[in-house]
Amino acid sequence: MATITTTARLAAVETRLFLREPAAVFFAIVLPVGLLLALGGSIPDFRKPDPALGGQRPVDAQFPALMILLSIMLLALSTLPTALVIYRERGVLRRMSTTPVRPSSLLAAQLLINVGVAIVATALTLGLGHLALDMPAPRAFWTFAGVFALGSTALFAIGLCLAAVAPNSRVVQGGGAAVLFPLLFLGGMWLPRQLMPEILRRISDFTPSGAFGQSLTDALAGQTPQLLHIAVLAGWAVLAGLAAARLFRWE
Amino acid sequence: MPIITVDKLRKTYGTRVAVEDVSFSVEEGEIFGVVGRNGAGKTTTVECVAGLRTPTSGTIRVEADLKQQVGVQLQDCSLPDKIRVGEALSLYASFYARPADWRALLAETGLDPRTAFAKLSGGQRQRLSIALALVGDPKIAILDELTTGLDPQARRDTWELIERIRDRGVTVILVTHFMEEVERLCDRVAVISAGRVLAVDTPAGLIARAGGEHRLTFRTRGPIDGLAKLPEVSAVTPTATAGDAVEVVVTGTGDLLTAVMTVLPAAQMSGLRIERTTLDDAFLTLTGHPAEHLADHSAA
Repeated sequence: MATITTTARLAAVETRLFLREPAAVFFAIVLPVGLLLALGGSIPDFRKPDPALGGQRPVDAQFPALMILLSIMLLALSTLPTALVIYRERGVLRRMSTTPVRPSSLLAAQLLINVGVAIVATALTLGLGHLALDMPAPRAFWTFAGVFALGSTALFAIGLCLAAVAPNSRVVQGGGAAVLFPLLFLGGMWLPRQLMPEILRRISDFTPSGAFGQSLTDALAGQTPQLLHIAVLAGWAVLAGLAAARLFRWE
Repeated sequence: MPIITVDKLRKTYGTRVAVEDVSFSVEEGEIFGVVGRNGAGKTTTVECVAGLRTPTSGTIRVEADLKQQVGVQLQDCSLPDKIRVGEALSLYASFYARPADWRALLAETGLDPRTAFAKLSGGQRQRLSIALALVGDPKIAILDELTTGLDPQARRDTWELIERIRDRGVTVILVTHFMEEVERLCDRVAVISAGRVLAVDTPAGLIARAGGEHRLTFRTRGPIDGLAKLPEVSAVTPTATAGDAVEVVVTGTGDLLTAVMTVLPAAQMSGLRIERTTLDDAFLTLTGHPAEHLADHSAA
């Protein structure tokens, strides 16, 4: 019980600290939601049915799915690992280890608020997209929620791995960017997956971002995500989770 | 009964031996100094006492709950940049079963609760750090290199804060390499060098061990022959003559000046200087380094 209240208190304080960091809020929430509304509202092609998407408009499923993916990836591969490594580097975790509270509570609190922010960004993307761009609500809500949970687990586990192996905050920021941009590309951020050459799409299938992005798109479009993608996400979640648990250092 | 007993503590990191053979005990309510040069093993010792590191061998007994009743302020520990003073204190207070009144501690730091950690000066950060070490209302406070990097005024303020902690009945372990700080604050000190305890004593005891001699330097026209016969005097050394006056260095123990004045009235002495062995001298003598302070003077 004590650890749950402590984690909750820590999460409350960490949330306030997060909200005082304008860059974090901008990248996790304002950027993805803003891009969806700005590009979705200004580029007519995004609002025209596309035969390559089974006659759906890009703003119906693929575009919001990619913006949700962008938000989670920025939080998981940049915001969270950078915060944790800075806390380790500057002795915040070490100071906590002198108190009755374990530093793992701070990690739990950080994870909690980053997942919380991802949920807020997703809800805003879907809600404002529905209001402004006439996006349909997710037709298979629980499928969507399941995909969201599984994919987030995989990406946050990878972020924790980065935090575990990075010796200092400069490395974690550089390493985060080195992982983030190729994964964003393979997730279809610049070249939608249906336009990728066959070989690139096969590679994308096995990356966490490719599998997550496509599964989110499928779930938003009311289709069942591919079993391959679900298996890929589960595999990344387990592998990265185990690696992070083994490698994480508190000081 | 001692509140802390350390017996034959040894700690190695891989092949590097940080602490070789450290034993001492700390009595309840005292300020106990752990002094030594950088890298002597002071921090490792107190981190073992605080339960943050596991000794390679040896035993440590602490008559308190390590997590709940031992407050620790370590070097190289900080807080998130954006956290405010009041938030940090109330958050850390919530970690403990029976915390101190964090608002009272805040008042003692003299800090504005709304100031963000990143905006605090070095001295202000140390004051907050001490308050965080006390926020659990500990029986024992371990303070590591508190005043390193502080300006003289901030250092003095910090010393007053530590004296107030002791007055409250908290046992304090103070890690430091400032002898002035030891002399001002510590009831007893362990001198650590290369992972071993060289001495555990009061500051005055350490000075006595190092000889504890006083030096009087003065010019006089009077008779100096009788000085060497005084029981307090160990040596009389004329160092220079100027006309019919002679400059003399008298070394000895006890109330040296009063003894000298029984032979030479004050009116016959001029340019009197009194030097005593300082804790710095004692430390240098103990750790086997030349007492540069004395060497310089005899050369001059």
